[in-house]
Amino acid sequence: MGKTLFDKVWEEHVVDSIPNGPSILYIDKHLIHEVTSPQAFDGINSREINVFRPDRTIATADHNVPTENQHLPIKEELSRKQVEKLTANCKEHNIKLYGLGHKYQGIVHVIGPELGLTQPGMTIVCGDSHTSTHGAFGSIAFGIGTSEVEMVLSTQCILQNKPKTMRIEINGELNSGVYSKDIILYIISKISASGGTGYFVEYAGSAIEKLSMESRMTICNMSIEMGARGGMIAPDEITYKYLKDKEFAPKGIELDKKIKYWNTLRSDADANYDKVLKFDAEDIQPMITYGTNPGMGIKIDEEIPSSAINSSKHSFEKSLRYMGINSGDKLKNKKIDYVFIGSCTNSRIEDLRTAADIIKGKTKSPHVNAWVIPGSKSVERAAINEGLDKVFVDAGFDFRQPGCSACLAMNEDKIPKGKYCLSTSNRNFEGRQGPGSRTFLASPATAALSAISGHVSDVRDYL
Amino acid sequence: MEKFEKLKSTITPLNIENIDTDQIIPARFLKAVSRDGFGENLFRDWRYRSDGNLNNDFILNSNSKNSKILLAGRNFGCGSSREHAAWAIHDYGFRVVISSFFADIFKNNALNNGLLVFELDENLIQKIFKKISNESNIQFETDLNEQKFYSLDGSIDEKFQINDYNKTCLLKGYDNVDYLLSIKEKILKFENETGR
Repeated sequence: MGKTLFDKVWEEHVVDSIPNGPSILYIDKHLIHEVTSPQAFDGINSREINVFRPDRTIATADHNVPTENQHLPIKEELSRKQVEKLTANCKEHNIKLYGLGHKYQGIVHVIGPELGLTQPGMTIVCGDSHTSTHGAFGSIAFGIGTSEVEMVLSTQCILQNKPKTMRIEINGELNSGVYSKDIILYIISKISASGGTGYFVEYAGSAIEKLSMESRMTICNMSIEMGARGGMIAPDEITYKYLKDKEFAPKGIELDKKIKYWNTLRSDADANYDKVLKFDAEDIQPMITYGTNPGMGIKIDEEIPSSAINSSKHSFEKSLRYMGINSGDKLKNKKIDYVFIGSCTNSRIEDLRTAADIIKGKTKSPHVNAWVIPGSKSVERAAINEGLDKVFVDAGFDFRQPGCSACLAMNEDKIPKGKYCLSTSNRNFEGRQGPGSRTFLASPATAALSAISGHVSDVRDYL
Repeated sequence: MEKFEKLKSTITPLNIENIDTDQIIPARFLKAVSRDGFGENLFRDWRYRSDGNLNNDFILNSNSKNSKILLAGRNFGCGSSREHAAWAIHDYGFRVVISSFFADIFKNNALNNGLLVFELDENLIQKIFKKISNESNIQFETDLNEQKFYSLDGSIDEKFQINDYNKTCLLKGYDNVDYLLSIKEKILKFENETGR
């Protein structure tokens, strides 16, 4: 019997297996940031051991950094201490750090791919659930806890139970106005926020194959939002073309050799999955979430339903109460207070281009606060080179500096209590964007257009 | 890691599905650089009202502080991978979390910190919720070695599943890093053989 892409990469990395227990999995690339690593370094230090393979770990500061005046010391004391701790730990253990002020600094899942650190066939982990993003390159990439960060620092391995595999196919032509964010919100709305738990997903089908790397990353990024450990897409010419000139990607003959291997990284025709789901691209419309988990999503012009799969009446109603909305209402034309374009889901140059295209020559609605937070210094530089920053600023948007920002509101970028934010991020949980904040998740195109109109708007009306 | 063998306690019921780790511990409380003290902010935005006063309707504020078993709705611990969620639950005093379904990363994080988590059938969980809504003082025992969970009044008596490796680690208080360090030779050999 054939093997899945997941099986092939997994088997390449199993050092050993414990009977009726987990496998010992070797990790090729380990990414760390300031929030989930300090306690792991404490563990290493108290054991009086060194980091085993410091060259396989790369660090950046992203979660709690300010998005304005990054050249100044961080004002908020606890955030500053956490970032200083990361700097000290990296220095002590010889780990490469792209900290604040560095030309490569940015959201960990934006910089890995754009620097060519992320490559097909690798195992990649990070103390962050959106590590699934890197699966867009055909790598096994997933989020881990701090105890597991300590395992990787000390032995370059973690203990993992092998997940089940799921194949999700999207076939056909996408409708106009539909972006990769809509594809993933659509999938999650179909299978719920827990429909992928226990699985590692492979996305395939003709609609996926045509997507750019940025768009593939958006899809893999949100795999965790259906509970899946990760998501991956087989590498192809689009992948190789993206990687070709990236700083740390292999070059010349080395690259040719790698591509030969990477070409073997696809699921065999007779591979067996634990679950297969197929969707028609034509059925996907611009999507928006209405509730407090990413599974609570609808087509943008649909009415808010009266129930959702895998949700009891009690939990469903609690969610609508929190959001201040009712079953039967439409979100389309609902007034919004904030627009956030950013996060590891949608802060890449392609996302900023899409938003700028819609915004160009227009002005945001006066009652909307609109923030654009580029995913990295590289994205910021590219946006400035292309004049996108001017488009945003002229339209009345704040164009800020890189970081996770209002996606999780660890820094000053918070949505006030009761306010509605149309956000390109990945989570609409209660209080995620600040205590009492209310989040609608959608694509950068929907966010940009809604910032101009001042209410939830359908991109198809604009096209 | 703290050992876990047996535990007798009342249950703290939290009959809500899809409780994500942002609810367990909001991101703004993740700025500490040690593992201690996160219990203070466990379920922070449910425990306190937005004016800063205690929300007396929330179960953690009305239930016995001595309860060490948390019973939650399905898909508990979804969302962010923050291990702080497991630390907060443990630091608050819980030693067992039961749901019909856990998010994968949370489950690993809990087991890596001596917090026993296991699944029971959803119908049974709803039966327990109902039972303790009438008699909140009823005691339950969790016996890891026997993999049994039962009420002392004899009305509930169930086996639960846990893999042998996790079970041994919890029973003996073993640490994963120690285990991995003990097989360093195998890891070096793997690196050599695979050209890493």
